[in-house]
Amino acid sequence: MDYAVILVDSISLGLRIESLMKKEGLSYKLIPVPRHLSSDCGFCVRILKEDSDTVQNLLQEHKIEIQAIEDL
Amino acid sequence: MKLNAPNFPSSRTKDGALYLDNAATSCPKPPEVARGMVRFLEETGANPGRSGHRLSIEAARLVYETRVAIAELFGAEDPLRVVFGLNVTDGLNLALHGLLRAGDHVITSSMEHNAVMRPLNELAHAGVQTTKVACNGDGSLDANLVEAAIQSNTRLIVLNHASNVCGTILPVREVGQIARKHGLLFLLDSAQTAGVLPIDMEADRIDLLAFTGHKSLYGPMGTGGLVVGPRLMPSQLLPQRQGGTGSRSEKEVQPDFFPDRYESGTPNALGLAGLLAALNWLKEEGIEAIREREEALCAELLAALGEIKGVELYGTRDASKQTATVAFNIRGMESSTVGLRLDEEFNILCRVGLHCAPSAHRSLGSFPDGNVRFGLGAFNSLEDVRFAVDAVRQLAKEVR
Repeated sequence: MDYAVILVDSISLGLRIESLMKKEGLSYKLIPVPRHLSSDCGFCVRILKEDSDTVQNLLQEHKIEIQAIEDL
Repeated sequence: MKLNAPNFPSSRTKDGALYLDNAATSCPKPPEVARGMVRFLEETGANPGRSGHRLSIEAARLVYETRVAIAELFGAEDPLRVVFGLNVTDGLNLALHGLLRAGDHVITSSMEHNAVMRPLNELAHAGVQTTKVACNGDGSLDANLVEAAIQSNTRLIVLNHASNVCGTILPVREVGQIARKHGLLFLLDSAQTAGVLPIDMEADRIDLLAFTGHKSLYGPMGTGGLVVGPRLMPSQLLPQRQGGTGSRSEKEVQPDFFPDRYESGTPNALGLAGLLAALNWLKEEGIEAIREREEALCAELLAALGEIKGVELYGTRDASKQTATVAFNIRGMESSTVGLRLDEEFNILCRVGLHCAPSAHRSLGSFPDGNVRFGLGAFNSLEDVRFAVDAVRQLAKEVR
């Protein structure tokens, strides 16, 4: 399975995204940020790579500002 | 558990006392609150959002759900702008110290609690100027006087939604409109009203809402904070402490986003577990239903106390214009004596004295002697009110 991760400022924002993903029936998991992407000790939202565009649009629709969506 | 259920916790404490001090903190709490806290301790227990494992995420999720419930209760759009702290005092301090700078002018009322008065007096040393608009003898406020007090350097209006001394409700919506019309920020102290009167940050034009979890929200002590409206950017509100947030760990400067900017250090997740359970309970009961019940009891209490010879009531004496907090004195008996005798001889727990609000007592004409305060809550009954009135009647009889 190919994954991507949504990098966010805070766990609170990650959880806000989680509630959106849940509502939309999209597959996701909160995981620690992979070290090669950031030195941050925080969380990110892992999604299916194929959902990247859908998620991008969804976040824009809800005016949620993220750092980036990166492929894993 | 519904309020009218036969096995609902009574307002009697474990040792049989009648608790009439809900304006200080609500007691008892709905049984769900303790259950929620025990569940958190036994089943979750991890540090919210600090570590990568599932229990840490679970704890963070609980904190987040509490933010969502608070945002929903107060009509705030963005749950991330719910900043948790210790209590309403913490929220007020963040708002006042975080916003105000030398040269700024603030308008407040004479009915404020020391949670507002003391920070403002401290800020006076830093060059912040305050106008205290005088309230009427019943604690009510003429909103026109607030508008008349606006100066060219006025930045903020801060108002107590209802008096902690006598329950008088202040005209929040009118003052909110005035603030917005003049481009000022509006900070509301909802200590006595959150959970019992409707509050809508958008309709009431509240930019900053300080709240506490342990009074009419029926949560545990050590919960509360500040909800920040969309007109304020994080750069305009300085955090009052700095530290770890679990986010942006590579940087040694404070984050610039909500809520992390204001929430350094491990939060009171245990307390928030209790608060979330309380908010769910409150939603089920309905704020309107609780208000209706309390208002009816308050009307009964006001009417019955008012009939006792030698009893002097403070405030509006109109249950529809106040929260269910009733202040009175028995002429010829010190309030402290009344409190002690109610406790020792009648097993009634209430609060006497100045209630951390000397300015409010000056407005009401009960400074420096203070008065006796009966603070009713959702769990009080008509029987409780009658019992308390009988006790006051007996004490008043002695003085005559």
